[in-house]
Amino acid sequence: MMLLLQVIVGGLLLGAIYALFSSGLTLIWGMMNFINFAHGEFVMLGMYVALLVVVWLGGGPAVFGFAAAFALFVLGVLVYVSLIRHVTRGPMLAQILSTFGLALLLRYTAFWIFSANVVSLPQTSLGGTLNIAGILVPTAQLVAGITAAVLTIAMHLFLTHTTMGSKLLAVAEDRNAAMLMGIRPDRMQALAWGLAAAGAGIAGALMAISYPWSPSVGETFGLTAFVVVTLGGFGSVPGAMYAGLIIGLIQALSAFYLGPIYKDIVVYALFAALLWFRPQGLLGKA
Amino acid sequence: MKAAIALAVVFVAYPLVFPNAFYLDIGVALLLAAISACAWNIVGGYAGQVSVGHCMFFGVGAYLPLLVYHHWQLPPIVGVPVGIAVSLLLAIVVGMPTFRLQGHYFSMATIAVAELIRLVVGTWDFVGAAIGLQGPAVGRGWYDLTFRSEVPYYYIFLVTLAVLLLITWAIERTRFGYYLRAIKAGERAARSLGVPVRRTKLYALMLSAAFTSIAGSLYAIKTGFIDPESGFGILVSVQMVIIAALGGAGSLYGPLVGAIILIPLQTATNTWFGGGGTGLTYILYGGIIVLIARFEPGGLHDMWERIAPKFRRRDAA
Repeated sequence: MMLLLQVIVGGLLLGAIYALFSSGLTLIWGMMNFINFAHGEFVMLGMYVALLVVVWLGGGPAVFGFAAAFALFVLGVLVYVSLIRHVTRGPMLAQILSTFGLALLLRYTAFWIFSANVVSLPQTSLGGTLNIAGILVPTAQLVAGITAAVLTIAMHLFLTHTTMGSKLLAVAEDRNAAMLMGIRPDRMQALAWGLAAAGAGIAGALMAISYPWSPSVGETFGLTAFVVVTLGGFGSVPGAMYAGLIIGLIQALSAFYLGPIYKDIVVYALFAALLWFRPQGLLGKA
Repeated sequence: MKAAIALAVVFVAYPLVFPNAFYLDIGVALLLAAISACAWNIVGGYAGQVSVGHCMFFGVGAYLPLLVYHHWQLPPIVGVPVGIAVSLLLAIVVGMPTFRLQGHYFSMATIAVAELIRLVVGTWDFVGAAIGLQGPAVGRGWYDLTFRSEVPYYYIFLVTLAVLLLITWAIERTRFGYYLRAIKAGERAARSLGVPVRRTKLYALMLSAAFTSIAGSLYAIKTGFIDPESGFGILVSVQMVIIAALGGAGSLYGPLVGAIILIPLQTATNTWFGGGGTGLTYILYGGIIVLIARFEPGGLHDMWERIAPKFRRRDAA
C-alpha cells in the first residue's frame, strides 16, 4: 500500500514537469495554430544546458535552472524570428517540415556533440530522501515537481492577469483585431516562443536533477507533450496542467503494474484512443 | 514524354553499364528510396496531408514476409499481400479519426502511432522483439526470391517503381487527382464544391500505405533481415519525407529526382566520414528539411518551374 502511494506521488511529481513543458506547446498551438515538433528537443537541450553549467561553472539547481531557461528563451525567440515567422502562412507541408527538420537537426547535433551515451548530473545539494508520513520521496523529485507546478501556475496567471499576457491572448484570439489595438503580433508570438522554450528548458533542467538521459529523450518528451496537450485540449494551459498530472500518474502506474518498458506504450495507445473518441480533450469544447 | 523515355532507358541500362557491386548497390538503394518516397507523395504531396510516421507501413510490409517465413516456413512473398492488408487496416485506423480534424492532428497521430508500433514490436517475442527476424539464408527455390546477384532485385524494384509512377501519372489525370489537389489548395473550399474530403484523403492514405508496404516487403526480401529500428525507426520516415520534399512534393517526378540526388550523396557522406558519418548525415538531413520548409516548400520541382521560363525567354531573344 505504501509502495503504491509512493508510486502515485512519484508519478504526480513527474506529471507536474510534463505539465510545465506541455503548457508551452499548448500556448503556441492555441496562439498560432502551429505544432512544434521540436518541443521535446527543447526539453533535451535544457538538460544538456544544466549539465554544461554544472560541469563548467558549478552552482546548484537555481543556477542551472535559470541558465536553461535563459538559453532556451533565446533559442525559442531565434527559432521564431528566423524560421517560424516565415512558414506560418505557407503551405501545411512547410509548417510541419520546419519544426520536424529542426527536431532532427537539434537531436542529431546533440548526438554528435554529446554522443549517444546516457549521462546524469553529478550529485547536487538536493540529495537524500524525505519521509513524509511513511512515504519516501527523493528530495530532488519533490523540489522539482513543486517548482514545475508553481511555474505552470505562474504561466497561467501571467497569461490571464497581466497586460502582457492579455496581449498574448489577444493575438491568439484574433491577430488582425489585436493589430488594430496597437499590439504587434510578431513580437507577441516571438515572446510566446521564447516562453514556451524557456518552460521546456527549465522542465529539462528539473528532470536532469533526478533522471539520467541521452539525446534521444527529446523524441519521447515531444510525443508525451502531444499526448498531454491533446488530453488537456489545445490552447489550454490549465488543461495541460491537469493532463500532465494524469499522464504522469498513468505512466507511473503502468510502469508499476506492467513493467517499465510499457509506460510509453500505454501513453501512446491512450493518445490513439483519444483521437478516436475525444480529440478535443478533457476541457475542450466539441 | 521524351524525358520519361530517356530516363527509362538510363535506368534499364544502368546495371549493364555499372555491373560493379558497389554501383549496383547504390542503384538498388536509390530505386527503393524512390518507391517509398513516391508512395509517400500520394498522401503527403498530392493530398497535402503530411505524414511523419510512414515507417509504420514500411515496417509492416517489411515484417510480414519474414514473419510468415519464420513461423510457418512459407516463402516470404506470401507475406506481401498480408502486409498490404495490415497496412490498409492501419491506414484506416490512423486516417478515419484524424481526417475529421485539422491537418496537424494527422501528422501528430502518424508519428505517435509509428512510435507506438516500434515500441510494441520491440518487446513482442512473436515478431522477434528487439532482435528482429531473418529470412531464408539460402533460397529453397526461385519463389524465395533470394538471389546472389543484385541484378534481379534491381529489375524487380525498377518494375515496381514504373508501375507506381504510372499509377501516379494516371491519378493526376482523373477526378480523384483533381480532388486531391483541391483539398491541398483549400479544404473548406473543396468541401463547399462537393468534394468528398474525408473519403478522398482516406483513399489517398490507403493507396500510399499499400505501396509503402510493398516497398518495405521488397526491402526485407532483399536484405533478408529486419529489426524494429530498420523497419519502424523514425529515420525510415524521415528519408521518405526529405526525398519527396527535396524533389518536389506533389509532383510526379519529384520523389525520383530527390532520390537521385540524395542517395548517392548519402553513400558519399557515409563513405567519407566512415561510421561517424551516419550522425552527420542526419544533421544534414535536418538542415536540408528546414531549408526546404523555409525557402522552397515546393522543392526542386517548383524552383525549376520558376527558373525554366527565364531560360526559355532568353533563348527566344
